[in-house]
Amino acid sequence: MEIVMAIAIGVLTTCGVWLMLRPRTYQVIMGLCLLSYGVNLFIFSAGRLAVDSEPVLVPGVATTLQNYTDPMPQALVLTAIVIGFAMTALFLVVLLAQRGFFGNDHVDGQGDAE
Amino acid sequence: MTAWLLTLIEPLMPHLSIAPILLPLLTASALLFLTERRSRAKAALSLFSAALNLGVAIALFVWTAQSDDRHAYTVYQPGNWDVPFGIVLVLDRLSAMMLVLVSTVGLMSLLYSVARWHKGGVHFHPLFQVQLMGLSGAFLTGDIFNLFVFFEVMLAASYGLLLHGSGPARVKAGLHYLAINLVASSLFLLGAALIYGVTGTLNMADLAAKIPLVSGADRPLLHAGCAILAVAFLAKAAMWPLNAWLVPAYSSASAPSGAVFALLTKVGIYVLLRLSTLLFSPEAGASAGFGSTWLVGGGMLTLAFGAIGMLGSQRPARLAGFAVIVSSGTLMAVVGLGRPEVTAGALYYLPTSTLGIAAFFLLTELMDRSRSSDPGGRGAPEDEEDHLPFALAELDLARGANLDDDEEALIGQPIPASIALLGLAFICCTLLLAGLPPLAGFIGKFAMLSALLALPAGVDVSTIDWLFLGLLITSGLFALIALSRTGIRFFWTPLDRKAPMLSTVEYLPIAVLIGLCAFFTVRAEPLMQYAQRTAQALYEPHGYIRAVLSAQPLPTATNVDRLGLPRTEVPQ
Repeated sequence: MEIVMAIAIGVLTTCGVWLMLRPRTYQVIMGLCLLSYGVNLFIFSAGRLAVDSEPVLVPGVATTLQNYTDPMPQALVLTAIVIGFAMTALFLVVLLAQRGFFGNDHVDGQGDAE
Repeated sequence: MTAWLLTLIEPLMPHLSIAPILLPLLTASALLFLTERRSRAKAALSLFSAALNLGVAIALFVWTAQSDDRHAYTVYQPGNWDVPFGIVLVLDRLSAMMLVLVSTVGLMSLLYSVARWHKGGVHFHPLFQVQLMGLSGAFLTGDIFNLFVFFEVMLAASYGLLLHGSGPARVKAGLHYLAINLVASSLFLLGAALIYGVTGTLNMADLAAKIPLVSGADRPLLHAGCAILAVAFLAKAAMWPLNAWLVPAYSSASAPSGAVFALLTKVGIYVLLRLSTLLFSPEAGASAGFGSTWLVGGGMLTLAFGAIGMLGSQRPARLAGFAVIVSSGTLMAVVGLGRPEVTAGALYYLPTSTLGIAAFFLLTELMDRSRSSDPGGRGAPEDEEDHLPFALAELDLARGANLDDDEEALIGQPIPASIALLGLAFICCTLLLAGLPPLAGFIGKFAMLSALLALPAGVDVSTIDWLFLGLLITSGLFALIALSRTGIRFFWTPLDRKAPMLSTVEYLPIAVLIGLCAFFTVRAEPLMQYAQRTAQALYEPHGYIRAVLSAQPLPTATNVDRLGLPRTEVPQ
């Protein structure tokens, strides 16, 4: 499972970085989204990957990480998702304002450079 | 005077230490209920809250300035959870000092904005209050993930403030600013996740205690995490080459926003100072002093970049942007040097340079407006227009000029009072930014440099130290050249239009900010002593770690068994 997770994070981050370096604002926002997905998965995996274990304590089961999954990264990733979502929405608004001012979607507002 | 203040604060502690976060938050929520049409009520409420915030910050400052240990660290547990698990707020001398700085600059920028800027777009006051909340939170928190949250609060508000007033220049700079900060936030999260993965904690004091115990195999991973985290802070603190966004963004922002943004880079510096002294202290074993070489090198490159940038800029707002970079570079290098005496000088330099830059940001707008053809306009000057504020052709004699006996033109005319006042403020800002006597900029630099050279007998001053000394002095010279040139062009040239109107509300904040720097000069000795004690405490982090880790939650009905307290102590 580790290898699948690692590949997923790697692919998402690579695509995110590549898109972010593109000259169109829409590509940049997609890049930022993909990058934040990669980062969120990474935070999630920081608490070690476990199958079929839950973060909530069950009576009678020893409270070690062998029996449970770490709840902390899940809480962190939830916060990160919410904040990332809000920031992406804000970026979208600025993107539209930029388009309104310059009449094109180039990140520098310089018209068709491609 | 401090005695009655202390008796007044005593019953309020430790709860007063969360007030700098709660007060702006509640004010911002209350402001949202007032419609934009009631701008006077909004401004009054916002100003009242900012003034109250300054009062609270000063009270906390006086509290921590006491020399005993009980006052030096105040640990507040907002969720009443045990320490390494719950979020803690830690108030110590450094954070108290930063809180006073934030609330002072905040109040003055707010006062300035009331003249006209707060009507330049919607929701200026709520955004401003949220900005103050984010800044205070970042200075108070003792937890890395909580720091991320306050960073985001602060950044979200700063995006709004940067775009305040709208216009193509601001939207363009805003888009770049947003993109780079979103990437920096991603890096922040990656770094925090790596550190959590290795150590299992994100509490700063707990991290400091755990880092010496990290196994050799895990240490490279920990270092990678810290380095990724540091890149996020360095982007915020404007280290070269991560600072290309700063000058366009800050110089196109409206003046009150620009003045507050001068504080944002200081958050990056604060975090670097806090984390490097806590996590990589000499006790950290193999991690001691991690990254300090990079900080020194990067800081000096940033300093050089900022100084050259100042020399190459014409517009005052851009000069102010580069002055921010110079100040950041200086502080970064000092953090990297990691010597308590030099850091003490830097802690004196930090507030004075921030106050000076904030005053300069406010002043640049008045200067730009006095030359603008549309003095009522709220647009940001375009970057491409970074040209001379007047053409040299204007200096040619007008036809039929009044000539004196030597056939030289009599250009002399009385300087209008408003121009004279602007010029006076400009001279003070120049002295502050270039670090010339008699104002506080000089004392700050002098304190850093004399500490740099004051080594015990037999130890030579290293090449790095000489390089830093040379750069610091040269950057002051460059700042002086650039600012004098701009000053001559703005104030010593004939002005065809009638003298600009100067409103008291706009001039007062500048005068107060500069006056504070004068106060720093007059009261240099006690303030320097405070800075020295702060620096000493930073480099001996035992006190901080012990204070945080020994903090106990208040006994309640739900945690009494876990804490092992007798049931009778539980309040009913």
